[in-house]
Amino acid sequence: MLLIECPWCGQREETEFRYGGQAHVDYPSAPAETGDTEWAEFLFYRDNPAGPFAERWMHAAGCRRWFNAVRDTRTNEFLGVYRIGEGQPA
Amino acid sequence: MTASLLRTSPLGEREAEFAASGMDIREAGFRAMVNVRVDSASAAADAIGIALGVPLPVVPNTVCGGERAAVWLGPDEWLIYGADGDTPRITALATEALGPVSGSVLDLSANRTTIEISGARAREVLAKGCALDLHPRVFGEGHCAQTLIGKTQVLLWQYGNAPDYRILVRASFANYLADWLLDAAASGW
Repeated sequence: MLLIECPWCGQREETEFRYGGQAHVDYPSAPAETGDTEWAEFLFYRDNPAGPFAERWMHAAGCRRWFNAVRDTRTNEFLGVYRIGEGQPA
Repeated sequence: MTASLLRTSPLGEREAEFAASGMDIREAGFRAMVNVRVDSASAAADAIGIALGVPLPVVPNTVCGGERAAVWLGPDEWLIYGADGDTPRITALATEALGPVSGSVLDLSANRTTIEISGARAREVLAKGCALDLHPRVFGEGHCAQTLIGKTQVLLWQYGNAPDYRILVRASFANYLADWLLDAAASGW
């Protein structure tokens, strides 16, 4: 069982959380002028690194807040968590 | 006929089982529960605290107050908990104090029921199905947490040092949790 640190509630078990995919995927700034290729990339294309990956998580059984986390996809180790609106730590 | 018209609580029929469990466990039904959402840094948050007589706690997973209490649910969300019949008063006071500011005051009294469990064995019984560290140095009086007990989501709140816990569980999950707690109380260590 993974222990995940919620930025509000502290360490909780993985079963309390929902996964939200890659973080920092921005909605197109000019939707009307965005072509099919760019839309497809926004909707469906995600990074798949072997290593640190910024992701969204939600503390579903707890405070129900979304937050961001950096997880190493090779080891499942959480390298850090940060609240929505806070920049990704270096 | 009259009996069927009276209000019923989700665990009203489990009273005898609770009494026979050997534990100090009971349902506290019909408590007032009002959800309040407002920016914690706003003047309206302070005004609501003053109007209700209990400040809205800003430290995560803590509770302020006694008979009427404000329970932390999120950085901009609280549950105001009070005695049976206090709902209209809480709702009116909080709505007036909120004023035109962005936020909400919502009566959720029928959403959850309360199970109270007290005594020396309470902590061990809860620990069988709750992953939180309930040791007093981590989780003591005035602490609360939204977490899982067994497979259901609850709001767990230590309100006394016996220790006494309140478990707020959604009405439709209350019988599941009652089964689970009675089983945990009955089985050996």
